[in-house]
Amino acid sequence: MGRFIIRRLFQMVFVMFAVSVLTFFIFNVIPNGDPAVRMAGKNPTETQIEAIRKEWGFDDNLIVQYVTMMKKVFTGDLVSYFTQLPVGEEIIKGLPRTLSLAIGAAILWMFVAICFGLYSAMRAGKFADRFLTIVALIGISLPVFWIGALMNYYLGYKAGLFPNGGYVELTKDPVDWAYHLILPWTALAILFIGFYSRVLRSNILDTINEDYVRTARAKGLSERQVMVRHVLRNSMIPIVTLWGLDFGAVVGGGAILTETVFDLQGVGQYAAEAVGQLDVPPVLATTLFAAFFIVLLNAIVDIVYAYLDPRIRLQ
Amino acid sequence: MSTDPAATGAPPSGEPLLTVEDLQVSFATEEGVVQAVEGVSFELAPGEILAVVGESGSGKSVTAMTLMGLTRSPNADFEGTAHYKGTELVHASEDQLRRVRGAEIAMIFQDPMTSLNPVQKIGRQIVEQIQEHEALPDQQARERSVELLDRVGIPRARERIDNYPFEFSGGMRQRVMIALALSCNPSVLIADEPTTALDVTIQAQILQRMRELRDETGAAIILVTHDLGVVADIADRIAVMYSGRIVEQGTLDEIFYDPQHPYTWGLLGSIARVDRPRPDRLPAIAGLPPSLANRPEGCHFRPRCPHEFGKCMEVPPLEARLDGQPAHLDRCWLTPDEKRERREVRPGEIGLEAKSQAGAS
Repeated sequence: MGRFIIRRLFQMVFVMFAVSVLTFFIFNVIPNGDPAVRMAGKNPTETQIEAIRKEWGFDDNLIVQYVTMMKKVFTGDLVSYFTQLPVGEEIIKGLPRTLSLAIGAAILWMFVAICFGLYSAMRAGKFADRFLTIVALIGISLPVFWIGALMNYYLGYKAGLFPNGGYVELTKDPVDWAYHLILPWTALAILFIGFYSRVLRSNILDTINEDYVRTARAKGLSERQVMVRHVLRNSMIPIVTLWGLDFGAVVGGGAILTETVFDLQGVGQYAAEAVGQLDVPPVLATTLFAAFFIVLLNAIVDIVYAYLDPRIRLQ
Repeated sequence: MSTDPAATGAPPSGEPLLTVEDLQVSFATEEGVVQAVEGVSFELAPGEILAVVGESGSGKSVTAMTLMGLTRSPNADFEGTAHYKGTELVHASEDQLRRVRGAEIAMIFQDPMTSLNPVQKIGRQIVEQIQEHEALPDQQARERSVELLDRVGIPRARERIDNYPFEFSGGMRQRVMIALALSCNPSVLIADEPTTALDVTIQAQILQRMRELRDETGAAIILVTHDLGVVADIADRIAVMYSGRIVEQGTLDEIFYDPQHPYTWGLLGSIARVDRPRPDRLPAIAGLPPSLANRPEGCHFRPRCPHEFGKCMEVPPLEARLDGQPAHLDRCWLTPDEKRERREVRPGEIGLEAKSQAGAS
């Protein structure tokens, strides 16, 4: 276990280094990416641009620039080229919003997917199962920006049932917090519900024919106990794995569209805006942020997996 | 063979524990209705070991599992009865069956590698069964599990109880399955090919242990197997099944020394024996068992039987056809004298071969 964690930490450092290098250099070679020109405003003179270049160190060798920027990442001095606001503070401001969205949506999609998957499996081949299959396929096919915009327009703007985007802090008013997040949670969860319920359904149908399930019935357990203790528990193992990975991916950028559609101003939306302005410091920081969560959740998933299935050994 | 009276032939007397009458099981499949069990009747006395022998598809496992309601499914159809201590099992409600399963009738399955839940400790799996049927606190249920594991021959049972199934060998897992089956002191133990997945030395140990446990606990055992060799060691009585029917039934000695049905001759003739010169290849019964969905008329064994004659188009009833052996039943139209003559393919050797004088077509 200790060795596993150390190895994973090394892996994390390596991944984040590679991600930072790639991101930094990509944003420095794309055309029209010269930050000094963009920062200088409309119709700048050559001297003004030159001054900005000097001041920000854009005339240095790229490697030197990279090292300087990474130093700032670690000291927390990273500043946006355009807003001049500190990047660290912006991310910390966005983090609870992104986590609120991701955690709520993850719980929602897992819960609903278990219900749908279980019900579908127990009615396999019957009308309810076929109906849920179609619903799931529709759910998988709905893009977040489209369904999110529709929900916002019809349920929020037209019907007035929900607020028109925005975010209220949990500590300020938990009810209002949840009220503002219902639509974003749903929009983000729909895709995953469709996907997870299909995976769970087929896992359950595979597990139900296992010999140990027959053993469980031969013990005299009720059908419910057999389902919950033996079938569901074993069918959930792959789903829980997926859940962890997807959660990491959602925190690390998968929620960009949802955040933007509902104007939640989370880390994802911040990243999207930074990319639009070719603003390298926030782009780099949010990319590292995403990589961190994805690698972290990967490691957690491996540990949880070894706990759920004792045949797996961490090494 | 031991000198144990129960093992020497005569079935223990007294009221039968389990009475199966005219059991029929069929499954509706896409290829049509498959009649897996076709009128099986037998009795099981307390403490008796009954072996049900037959090849794959003979309906022996379906018969055994039906007694516990494990073959129930929307496409299955059941007829006949199985009475166990005042409960009719074939048409019992799920709740009635649940009280019987594990507590009164327990089952040991064929493949110990897959029959235990891979992600639960074995102790928990045994405790689960005990607590399902008895209101026993955790600690006591655990104590009993340790005792059970010890009794079935698992060394260091107190430590091993916290191991997962994958940490045991196949033979040890089958011992765990036996401990699980015995955990609520059942009166009947159904063992469905308990040693098929194990190697030969382990097979002998497991069977020996099952016999000893029968002697200690008095549980009757239904041993389902395709291997007559396994049966010779421990059975009191044998029922030979072929294609959904019992074709011959009798005590161990009756079946081994005076077999009446040609199919039984074939089975006996295909056992490798150390007391005979080794043949180049073991004799096998020619042909294949009939498809369950499309069975021959009359005697099901007819197409593979070299002794077949006109009368075989009628189904022979399962009845006693020998004087002095009232419990020895078979389904063959040949006369006892014809049988005696035809089964002896070489002096002192029983088998299924067409002899020149057996010219039936």
